[in-house]
Amino acid sequence: MSDQLTTDPSKPAQRMRAGSMSLTLMPWIIAAIALILMPYIFTSNSALTIMNQMWITVIFALAYNMLLGQGGMLSFGHAVYAGVGGFACMHIMNMSDLFASFPLPVLPIFGGLFGIGLAMIVGAFSTRNAGTVFAMISLGVGELIAACSVIIVAFFGGEEGISGDRTYAMPFFGNEFLQQIDVYYLTSFWVILAAALMYLLSRTPVGRMANAVRDNPERAEFLGYSARWVRFYSFVASGFFAGIAGGLFAINYEILTEENLNTASSGVILLVTFLGGVGFFFGPIIGAIVFTLVQTVLSLQTELWAFYAGSLFVATVMFFPGGLAGLLMMHVPVFKLGNAKQLIQPYIKTLLPAAIGILGVCALVEMTFHFRHASIGDDEMTLFWTTFDSHTLLPWLIAGAVALIGIGIAKRNASELKEAWDAANTAGDAS
Amino acid sequence: MELILVNIIDGLVTGLLLFMLSAGLTLIFSMMGVLNFAHASFYMLGAYFAYQISIALGFWMGLLIAPLIVGVLGAGVERYGLRRVHQYGHVPELIFTFGLALLIEELVQFIWGKNQMPYSIPEVLNFTAFSIAGNSIPAYKIFMIFISVAIFIGLLYILTRTRVGMIIQAALSYPRTVEALGHNVPLIFMGVFGVGTALAGVAGVIAGPVLGTFPGMAFVLGSIVFVTIVIGGLGSLWGALVASLLIGWITTFAKSYNLAMSDVFNAVGIATPENLSDHWLRDLWTVTSPQIADILPYILMVLILIFRPAGLFGKRHS
Repeated sequence: MSDQLTTDPSKPAQRMRAGSMSLTLMPWIIAAIALILMPYIFTSNSALTIMNQMWITVIFALAYNMLLGQGGMLSFGHAVYAGVGGFACMHIMNMSDLFASFPLPVLPIFGGLFGIGLAMIVGAFSTRNAGTVFAMISLGVGELIAACSVIIVAFFGGEEGISGDRTYAMPFFGNEFLQQIDVYYLTSFWVILAAALMYLLSRTPVGRMANAVRDNPERAEFLGYSARWVRFYSFVASGFFAGIAGGLFAINYEILTEENLNTASSGVILLVTFLGGVGFFFGPIIGAIVFTLVQTVLSLQTELWAFYAGSLFVATVMFFPGGLAGLLMMHVPVFKLGNAKQLIQPYIKTLLPAAIGILGVCALVEMTFHFRHASIGDDEMTLFWTTFDSHTLLPWLIAGAVALIGIGIAKRNASELKEAWDAANTAGDAS
Repeated sequence: MELILVNIIDGLVTGLLLFMLSAGLTLIFSMMGVLNFAHASFYMLGAYFAYQISIALGFWMGLLIAPLIVGVLGAGVERYGLRRVHQYGHVPELIFTFGLALLIEELVQFIWGKNQMPYSIPEVLNFTAFSIAGNSIPAYKIFMIFISVAIFIGLLYILTRTRVGMIIQAALSYPRTVEALGHNVPLIFMGVFGVGTALAGVAGVIAGPVLGTFPGMAFVLGSIVFVTIVIGGLGSLWGALVASLLIGWITTFAKSYNLAMSDVFNAVGIATPENLSDHWLRDLWTVTSPQIADILPYILMVLILIFRPAGLFGKRHS
């Protein structure tokens, strides 16, 4: 290590944290092309619905990560900003004169503006502190507004929520957004735009200061920045993008209810973001895609999907606080050293039995559930394409044995994997 | 006048119940600096365990055993979960307890199903203790008050008068020094976490028959408990007591007196607008106090946070 303190700006490699400061266009172009091509690969209507849901969650999760990952503020009531933005958009949809005067793709901006408005009010007192106090206030305010939705019927529509019709907007180049595919491209446009804006924002001094305040508020204050105002700016920006997500939700589903505001939705977005990884900009994107897939696919297969999602979440917090993005990025040094091949065999030897073992545990869980909750006389259950009697001993023995053996082998090979991992990470120094 | 007395008793029951939860939560907070989101989940586990035990052994064994199991579970969570996550910082700790709360709710649904459990008041206590002007006060409420007060006095005694309590108090303020004196501070932390969750378990055991034993019970009470300790001042035991009673009484009184917002406005001298059904503030005019009783604690919390951010009894900013 040299003790050189200044860096030479003419050499990109020496710029401070060179990788994170450089702006590359390539991933964005790839993402845009992928978004355009997706409907040609997955043509069914349900696939479009899932993808719309996914992109909305992507925007929302990225907005959430502006707080959690980049600003270090843990919010338990962020669904409120998306929800209020969505409700505002819904009301605009129902004001036929105003709604007919602009094209539909502009609508989410109004959601964003309402998100900003609410975030400015709440942020005025909640951003004084980060950490626990901020989390508590966000929870309290979230609960307050969610509870208000039943009382303030004029705005929130009470129990049944409010609904509207997106097709009354001014035609956008002759398009009235009657079909799912039109809405898909509208959502895709916004997801690219919002993600790019959020990315650029995280590269501005405001975004950089948010990181500084997250890591060391005291030092940031000594440098002359008000930690409170820096947090406030992040909070308001996050409220804006959350509101945009809410507006897109309104366009997509044409109905908003109390469910869009409540703590459960706020919890889901925390889960999504953390699962994806808060340390990297693209983490929440991975989280949103994986979670939406898990939610839609797994919930068709099993009633217990929320249980599995919860277990996955707790396991992520305990063992991989970097989330999926963190796990992926762990491998970058290995690839740079050219040692990725050394890891394939140990990975297969450990992860395959582990996966089989976990499936065995899942089978036990499903069987227990069936045993306890199926109606009397209904002894048959179908699991992994086999139908059997859950009240006999044999399937339990098989599932138990699979679980034990799978996890046992994985555990035995784990030390080997760790050695291979260490070797793959250090070999570069030796050469 | 008589109604006021009845409401005072009702509010006291609610407040003391809240206090049993918030006392443990605030102790844990002042100890580890982390809010245990799953605290109300331990309260729920207490109710479910007590129900399961009461089927086999009766209510009283449930009251005795269920909190012990919950306490051991809580200590286990601290030892094998929180202590592991602690190295990553405070925010992951909060997220961990949040995830745990989700998981416990799913787990309870998994084991006991989504329906309410037929967990009921024991026969011995199922009678009217006394009545005030025609309003009967069930003996179970009096029993709840006695249990909570007894626990509070016991807790206060242990914390302020015994050697163990002194060590705990010292460990809260100066963990390093206490460790240097030869005490096992992680063990103390684990113990306090266990006792805190056991207290929540007791609250669950005695509240289960009255408030209902169902998977949503943690969620219903959970956020109110956080509001309580924020209002009282994070980490202050007395603050938790005062805030619990305050919330108990405010919500009870708001529910039993049907105070309409329009009457309030009229009394101040603002006339009711003529065509109310079209007015954009119509919801504000038609709101009544029982409707907003459940959100009053949140409004109180927001007001406290704006005007006195440290809470009623909080000493300083965290």
